Amino acid sequence: MAAEALGWWGVPLGIIAGTLRGSAPFLFVSLGECITEKSGKINLGLEGTLLMGAMSAYAVSYLAQGWLGPVWSPWLGVLAAGLSGTLLGLIHGWLAQQPRVNDVAVGIAMIIFGSGLAFFLGKPFIQPQAPPLPTFEWGSWSQLPQMRAALRVSPLFLLGVAIAPLLQWFFRATRWGLQIRAVGDSPQAARAMGISVFKVRLASIVAGSFLAGIGGACLSLYYPGVWTERISSGQGLMAVALVIFARWNPIQCLWASLLFGGAQAIGPAFQSVGIDSYYYLFNAAPYILTLLIMILTCSPQRTLAGSPGALGQDD
Amino acid sequence: MAIAQSPSASGLPYRWRRSIEAVLLPILALLVALIIFGGFCALAGANPLAVYGSIYKAAFGRWSAWQNTLIRAAPLMLTALCTALPARLGLVIIGNEGALVIGGLAAVVTALGVGTALPPLLVQLAMAVAALVAGGLWIMLAGALRHYRGVNETISSLLLNYIAIALMNHLVEGPLRDPNFVTKPSSYEIAELNWLGEIPGSRIHWGLLYGLVACVIAYGLIQRTSFGFAARAAGSNVRAARMAGLPVGQLTLAVCFLGGSAAGLAGMVEVAAVQKRLNESLVSNYGYAGILVAFVSRHNPLATVLVAILLGGILASGGILQRSHGLPDATVLVFQGIVFLCILASDSFYGRLPGFREG
Repeated sequence: MAAEALGWWGVPLGIIAGTLRGSAPFLFVSLGECITEKSGKINLGLEGTLLMGAMSAYAVSYLAQGWLGPVWSPWLGVLAAGLSGTLLGLIHGWLAQQPRVNDVAVGIAMIIFGSGLAFFLGKPFIQPQAPPLPTFEWGSWSQLPQMRAALRVSPLFLLGVAIAPLLQWFFRATRWGLQIRAVGDSPQAARAMGISVFKVRLASIVAGSFLAGIGGACLSLYYPGVWTERISSGQGLMAVALVIFARWNPIQCLWASLLFGGAQAIGPAFQSVGIDSYYYLFNAAPYILTLLIMILTCSPQRTLAGSPGALGQDD
Repeated sequence: MAIAQSPSASGLPYRWRRSIEAVLLPILALLVALIIFGGFCALAGANPLAVYGSIYKAAFGRWSAWQNTLIRAAPLMLTALCTALPARLGLVIIGNEGALVIGGLAAVVTALGVGTALPPLLVQLAMAVAALVAGGLWIMLAGALRHYRGVNETISSLLLNYIAIALMNHLVEGPLRDPNFVTKPSSYEIAELNWLGEIPGSRIHWGLLYGLVACVIAYGLIQRTSFGFAARAAGSNVRAARMAGLPVGQLTLAVCFLGGSAAGLAGMVEVAAVQKRLNESLVSNYGYAGILVAFVSRHNPLATVLVAILLGGILASGGILQRSHGLPDATVLVFQGIVFLCILASDSFYGRLPGFREG
């Protein structure tokens, strides 16, 4: 009854709920891409990493539930997602730094490889139900089921929110952060300082892939909380655009992720109040938004403020 | 293989050496990919040699297998050009899938609009032109954003894929929907008269000819015309090309249009010869596989024909891997990924193989 009384208020509430739910994967992948790009390399393959992360998290959570119980097994799944991301990151990090090898092409290859591997290994896990991650029920005061659903917040999301400022501090104030920025801005200068460009970039790419893998765990163990082959719809790729929009700043990655999560929720929110004739067009909102943002923020004349100097260049 | 090890390779003229290297390295990379894939199959509990045998039989073993392979190779040749042509200008376009969908959409709308009022050949021509223009404009948008706004063409063309698929889904759920077709939301069917027929004596549709002709034209255009020369010059050094007075902007738009129109034509071929109506089945990864074909053939349109046939064969063997070896259908995707990675890794070996070292 309460649901009907909600009427049109269901739309903004649905969008807020969707923002809280759907922005977690964007957040992790964009922070991962941010670390990677700060070191001067692009990783388009995070889409494949996201899928591998989603699959490994789900599979491990399912397989370990008898042994660890349904409370702890999803957390082991999160760890597995990070590790599978790490492995893919090692391949990307090594290959993308070989002479004459283009990092964008490696990224595309890693999308095909990562998604293929995820579908291959994940085939047996499409049917069974794995224990999902526990959530904080911040909406239990409310009578409205929509409100409760909206305020069911994942600890992973909060973890991501905490990582963003931490990363900001890391880049600004730590020795390692400075090294990554130096390598990203001027590999020659970094080399002259005695920094190993190869190692720093490898470490940055691997760390970024680790986070992207955890982003995949958000998809399969929190929202939508299942493993299917269509679970990621380009979030890993949109992260690349999102990082440009956020000007390579971790805090702004957080705001941008919330925006993208919200854009993604427009279609389902309208569908929930019975407007579904434009469902597919609303679902394209995040992509159109990304494109518009890129058109507005890019310029052919100058490089963007905040852009790592050596990004996308051969050294 | 013997050439690589023999020290006499260094005695050959430089041009020859580079040509042999350009053929040898991809072959070596494919062999390495086969070995890695075999190991992968062994881990999954299948006998690698038996898997190789099945792939070969299902792809090239008999005439009927060849026909399956060539039917799949036709759209791959066309979608590969969508990446290969802009690549000569230094652009990485991966909007193949979207251009294919938009081309298919334009072709279906044209066919449904014209109906049976015109002779079939004219309708097919109209469908092809509509697909060429629609796909071309779609990718030209990515090129224009690159040139006028500095938007990364890889990301924009990729976003356009999702937008194209959303647009198609919207139209087949709404205005174009055939209420009598219940399996999945689809458009009305193209009149049977206007279907793209089969090459006499085979099950292969005429789309194969479209693909072959498009690749030959693309090769001639890039290698044998001043337009192609200008595009290649701008691709190797934009600043020098600008200094020389080449219209880099127009070149970007034109090359993107041509690439997109090839992928659009692939969409027309798929709807007019295979699907017969518009629905989600049109999104079947030919676009993404086309990117792989373009990179493996090193963006050479003639090599594209060969690589497309090879990959068409691999795609055709997906079913048999599932039936005979209990491997999931994603196995083919894993294989594609391994091949792509090995080919990219082999790029770093130019001038480093024994017998091919520079200086």
